[in-house]
Amino acid sequence: MSLKLTLHTSPDVPLEAPCLNPDTLAGMTADIVAAQKVMHGNQAASVGDFFKVAGKANGTLELEGDLSRVKYIGAGMQSGILNVTGNVGQHLGAGMSGGDIRVDGDAGDWVAPEMRGGRVTITGNAGHLVGGAPRGSAIGMLGGEIIIHGNVRNETGHAMRNGLIAVGGTSGDFTGVNMLAGTIIVLGDMGNRSGAGMQRGSIVSMNPAEMLPTFTHACVYRPEFLRLLLLHIRSAGLPVNDDHIEGAYDRWCGDVVEVNRGEILLLNGA
Amino acid sequence: MYIKLAGGTVYDPVHGINAEKRDIYIHDGQITRKPNPDVRIDKTYDLGGKVVMAGAIDIHTHIGGGKVNIARLMLPEDHQKDPVKKTALTRAGCGHAAPTTMTTGYRYAEMGYTACFEPAMLPINARQAHMEMADIPMVDKGAYALLGSDDFFLRMLAANKGREAISDYVSWIINATQAIGIKVVNPGGISAFKFNQRKLNLDDKNSYYNVSPRQVLKSLASAVRELGVPHPLHVHGCNLGVAGNDQTTLDTIQAADGLPMHLTHIQFHSYGTEGDRKFSSGAARLAEAINENHNISVDVGQILFGQTVTASGDTMMQYEGHWHAHPKKWVIMDIECDAGCGVVPFKYRDKNYVNALQWAIGLEMFLLVNDPWRIFLTTDHPNGAPFTTYPHLIRLLMDRSFRNDMLSTINKDAAAASILGSIDREYTLYEIAIMTRAAPARSLGLRNRGHLGSGAAADIAVYDDLKNREKMFAKPCYVFKDGELVVEKGKVCKVINGGTHTLKPGYDKTIEKTLKRYFDDYQTVKLNNFRIEDDEILEYGNSSLIEQPCL
Repeated sequence: MSLKLTLHTSPDVPLEAPCLNPDTLAGMTADIVAAQKVMHGNQAASVGDFFKVAGKANGTLELEGDLSRVKYIGAGMQSGILNVTGNVGQHLGAGMSGGDIRVDGDAGDWVAPEMRGGRVTITGNAGHLVGGAPRGSAIGMLGGEIIIHGNVRNETGHAMRNGLIAVGGTSGDFTGVNMLAGTIIVLGDMGNRSGAGMQRGSIVSMNPAEMLPTFTHACVYRPEFLRLLLLHIRSAGLPVNDDHIEGAYDRWCGDVVEVNRGEILLLNGA
Repeated sequence: MYIKLAGGTVYDPVHGINAEKRDIYIHDGQITRKPNPDVRIDKTYDLGGKVVMAGAIDIHTHIGGGKVNIARLMLPEDHQKDPVKKTALTRAGCGHAAPTTMTTGYRYAEMGYTACFEPAMLPINARQAHMEMADIPMVDKGAYALLGSDDFFLRMLAANKGREAISDYVSWIINATQAIGIKVVNPGGISAFKFNQRKLNLDDKNSYYNVSPRQVLKSLASAVRELGVPHPLHVHGCNLGVAGNDQTTLDTIQAADGLPMHLTHIQFHSYGTEGDRKFSSGAARLAEAINENHNISVDVGQILFGQTVTASGDTMMQYEGHWHAHPKKWVIMDIECDAGCGVVPFKYRDKNYVNALQWAIGLEMFLLVNDPWRIFLTTDHPNGAPFTTYPHLIRLLMDRSFRNDMLSTINKDAAAASILGSIDREYTLYEIAIMTRAAPARSLGLRNRGHLGSGAAADIAVYDDLKNREKMFAKPCYVFKDGELVVEKGKVCKVINGGTHTLKPGYDKTIEKTLKRYFDDYQTVKLNNFRIEDDEILEYGNSSLIEQPCL
């Protein structure tokens, strides 16, 4: 039986719990897990103050309850499986380098900031700055996959350098702002100013979007890599249809205020 | 309440006391004469064998104002690498090169510092700077208002307005911004940068106002002199960091024309162009000129190896420097009519020829200037190194064999190009007491600071007399601030808020009419909102407003 933590008391203020990841809790019994330290606001507390702990750690960690006030779940995770039933708070999977996180619910801001590897799946919506960089830092996500079935808000993939972010719903403004490389796919609408300040990388959307004046139209074509990528995210459960896979795409180049090596691909509806 | 510090070895250069065994009495936050025998001594500290000095004073450290906040925002890695946990007494913080306000105060006090002066407060940012410094506990603060590239002053100079009008303006600025001195950064050059000039020598003209840095310097230096501001004009000269700027600095000393002038972070202004790499030390030439010109004082701005961040009002030179940013990010900012600022993170490397020579040049300067009353110990925090490196720097000055050991580890060519290895001088504790206590207090006109005579504020640092001076100065046994024990065994034992030193020179009130019209036309704030009242300084959390007298 895997380790299962069920929220019994909702925290009054945000709870910082980076210990809630399969690596840290590996091999611990329920008692030891319950004694792990967390920060409740500015007060030290233990996991047991908020969670009912059952089972024994075997590489899979199950969390249950409305964890929208619990931050840093799965932070620094390197391996294993983390399943959450319910919403999660900010900084889910911060700096993770491996393993698999799946959230059946919504996620707060900063999903997997500075992620280096592994995979995060959110079945609901996510907040701002998915895969982003901390303020002041020039480099965000370095690798791995973030799959979000619902919508995301602003600055998705901010300063990302590698990896994949796939969004089933819509995205807010500044999708891929300052991105250095990597791929963002948004199946729904994108907000304003997508790709602002991007250097390299690809942003893909299935709906028309308003381009910044610093992007230029290059051509209409059927990029081979995109078919593979779309088949991959369809297998992950996102609503990719045959039109997406067979369709032609408008290629926009930018951002000319930077090195102009990035691209935005929009499904050509005509 | 009487406190007695019994039997310490006292260094008090103001009174010529050099390593004499003395008792010091504290009453009501001040040092007093020996009380009558019938007075009860409430607490006695036995300081036999320990070194007693006044609290140290940092004359040039960037601890407040917009640029520090930009550095903090830009460098999350600086915070992540150096977290500070909260204790029962002190609050949490972080940051190595640009620490949080609280951490800045604790760390200064834990080295025996009791006063710090922010050298580059832009008048328009003065309120924010004072609020931020009010958040720095443990030490007294003060700031120099930055003039010389502001539109109003350059217009006056261009229109040949008389000396009195300029003095009135300078005085009004000191009053309105609650400053204690005037600083000029790259005179007229920050403005010239906005008009696309990328270089401005002492006699080049700002292309818009048609005035030269020499005119700016002369005009401000004489205004400061006429107003009776104790601290001479604080000059960050032209051509910072440019090879060959030793000549510019010599010219600046000549341009002072006998007027008192303080040349700040002189290390960055002492580069020659000799040798294969066209980068050499100008320290010897400059030290000679400083020794001869008694109107000149300097602080060094020593660099020490490692990661730091440079924050300066000198947008022209910071823009030049951004190519060397490490990590690769930088900010250059315009600050409306006043000036600008630039923040560039930087890593000084001991195996890099230029950095290694910079290190040697700073030390040469320390050792070749004879009069410790006119050379102050700074690293231009955080530009040369964070202020937490001061104990290491003191050891370099006091311990020749340690210095030579360090010299042997730096870039070989730089070590060979420097005369540092041939200098035998070692600073004495008495000289350290001068350059870090007595001299800054005298230069700033702080009458009751920097000495241990009767009537002085009881800001006192007590150190173990260790052979390793780095260890000694990193961890004082006791630090008293205004008579209260605030640090024990190098750790804060009581948190207090310091005061703010200001100056109130007189001026002709009619200048406010002209200024009001100017503010209405050009500034984003109204004249009445610009001025910082005395009450505000206290409201921000400072314990007191300490008004120092003009000369």
